[in-house]
Amino acid sequence: MDRIIQWATDPWGQNVPIHIAWFLIWVAAIGGLLFLMVHATYVRYFAKARQFANDDPADIAPGLPKQIPRHSLGARLFHWIMAASMLTLLFTAFLPKVGIQFDWITYHWIAGAVLTASVIFHVFHASFVLDFWSIWPDKIDLQDAFRRTLRFVGRTVPPPRKFAKYPLENKLYHLAIVAAGLSVIGTGVFMLFRVRTILFPRNPYLFSDMTWGLMYVLHGLAGVGLIGLILVHIYMAVRPEKLAITKSMIVGSMSREFYLEEHDPHRWVVDTSSSPKL
Amino acid sequence: MAVIRDVMPAFELVQPSSAVEAQKVLEQHGSDAWVLAGGMDSFDWLKDRIKRPKIVVDLSGIDELKGVRTIADGIEIGAMTTLTELVANETVKQKFGLLAQAAELVASPQIRNQGTIGGNVSQDARCWYYRAGWPCYRAGGNICYADDPDGRNREHAILHADRCVAVNPSDTAPALIALDAKFVMRTPKGERIVDAEDYFIGPEIDITRLHILQPGDLLTAIRIPSSWANAKFYFEKVRDRNVWDFPLLNVASAMVVSGGTIEQIRIAVNGAAARPLRLKAVEDAVRGKAPNAETGLLAGKLAVRGAVPLQFNGYKIPLLRNLVKRAIGGVEEAVWTA
Repeated sequence: MDRIIQWATDPWGQNVPIHIAWFLIWVAAIGGLLFLMVHATYVRYFAKARQFANDDPADIAPGLPKQIPRHSLGARLFHWIMAASMLTLLFTAFLPKVGIQFDWITYHWIAGAVLTASVIFHVFHASFVLDFWSIWPDKIDLQDAFRRTLRFVGRTVPPPRKFAKYPLENKLYHLAIVAAGLSVIGTGVFMLFRVRTILFPRNPYLFSDMTWGLMYVLHGLAGVGLIGLILVHIYMAVRPEKLAITKSMIVGSMSREFYLEEHDPHRWVVDTSSSPKL
Repeated sequence: MAVIRDVMPAFELVQPSSAVEAQKVLEQHGSDAWVLAGGMDSFDWLKDRIKRPKIVVDLSGIDELKGVRTIADGIEIGAMTTLTELVANETVKQKFGLLAQAAELVASPQIRNQGTIGGNVSQDARCWYYRAGWPCYRAGGNICYADDPDGRNREHAILHADRCVAVNPSDTAPALIALDAKFVMRTPKGERIVDAEDYFIGPEIDITRLHILQPGDLLTAIRIPSSWANAKFYFEKVRDRNVWDFPLLNVASAMVVSGGTIEQIRIAVNGAAARPLRLKAVEDAVRGKAPNAETGLLAGKLAVRGAVPLQFNGYKIPLLRNLVKRAIGGVEEAVWTA
């Protein structure tokens, strides 16, 4: 533990953590890149063709629009604003630590404020406008993950069902982002009290040195974790088989063919009332 | 904490005889190496056992880094030239009296005998919380002990503070900026020359350093072009103890006056921020105006624009305003009437 946390002695003689050890930046970056290489190699050379247990959706297809709406404009705006602020936060936080010096803190706290506001919007939007539970793993996801694992190791079990609106991997990634994101936001909001901003009166003694230190450590750990998570996310977004999903985050919809190929219409029921059927 | 032990921690002492050799050693050992010039800053750190370098590179045996030389366009001062030598140098006194004045006001005669120009411009912050070894921002921590309602911050920054509120304590730095000096460094990538004002950085760029020198870099010389030789100079330093102290504030200006108006001017102050500040807005505002009290008044007001006092250093705002006014209009016109 001492190796990943930087400790110091405060004026009262107390040994307190002050931040993470910065080599963790490289650990996260290299870990993320290693994942990409291993995944790309696996998909290219070892992965078998996917099989799903779903029935023929031919009876459903005629009633579907050509383009299946997936992300509302509000959801897409949130995603890209969050992405811009997150990348700004990562670059402004870690580039100075690896030797690229610039006036980073103003950009950092402004991007943090934007991220916080966008996440607050997202929580309310997802809770009251979107289908809140669609992003959380359900029983079928877990059963199918178990089946996929057994098939991966060569056991004969029924194939998994098609995905709901989001594959389990998406849902788990969302969970990881929620944990890391809320950690940096929760700590970052209090850290704004340590610097001069237009948001709060400065108060460096809001907490004890130990509490502040732990807060900086959590902020740092979640921050370097986000390096790996964002690397993985960008990699997945540009993979050929995922481009339809990525495109839907830009235009808001995906093709009917892709929808029927990947998704279970019974688990992700498309509202066709406002979409022209072609 | 800051218990003076007087016995320095063990380190390997390297005494190179050339700048090339010194830079190679610094490059080889990176952040484990410590540059020892006159020792006026270094020995505090080492004796307090707050800095514990593995290698100390003593530059005192490198003759090429010493002395003042005349070059094609001005003079070149070796980084290891002592402040006393600088003050006594005839060329410096005659042509660049501003630097001689500034150097003569550094600390005490004993310190000037030992302290070097390179060390004076490269010395670390003198904030006592930082020097005491507490884990403040400048020491790599996450707090500034000076910037709070009870912090002892009488000597600290009123401008450009960013988390850390320590100031640059150099007297020669603003004079060198006013003289448009160039700093010559030997780095792992070769020789690098920067304007004096670009040698210094604030906490927004790097909160742990006051200058751009990286591990492996060596400041070798300071060149002063002849363009400002024999200009009208003004240097003033305000300190608590006139016999020996760091500046609370200082101001340095070089001015060319023609036909009763300011034709050219460079003005810089130190002790107000973590880096010496060239007052470009003041320069632009007073160019073409008469160097009198009225212009000084305008300059003083511009100089303190954006100043944010801490609990105990509010006095620095009128002090800075007056120093700049005096630098423009002269001491006899510095009575503040606004």
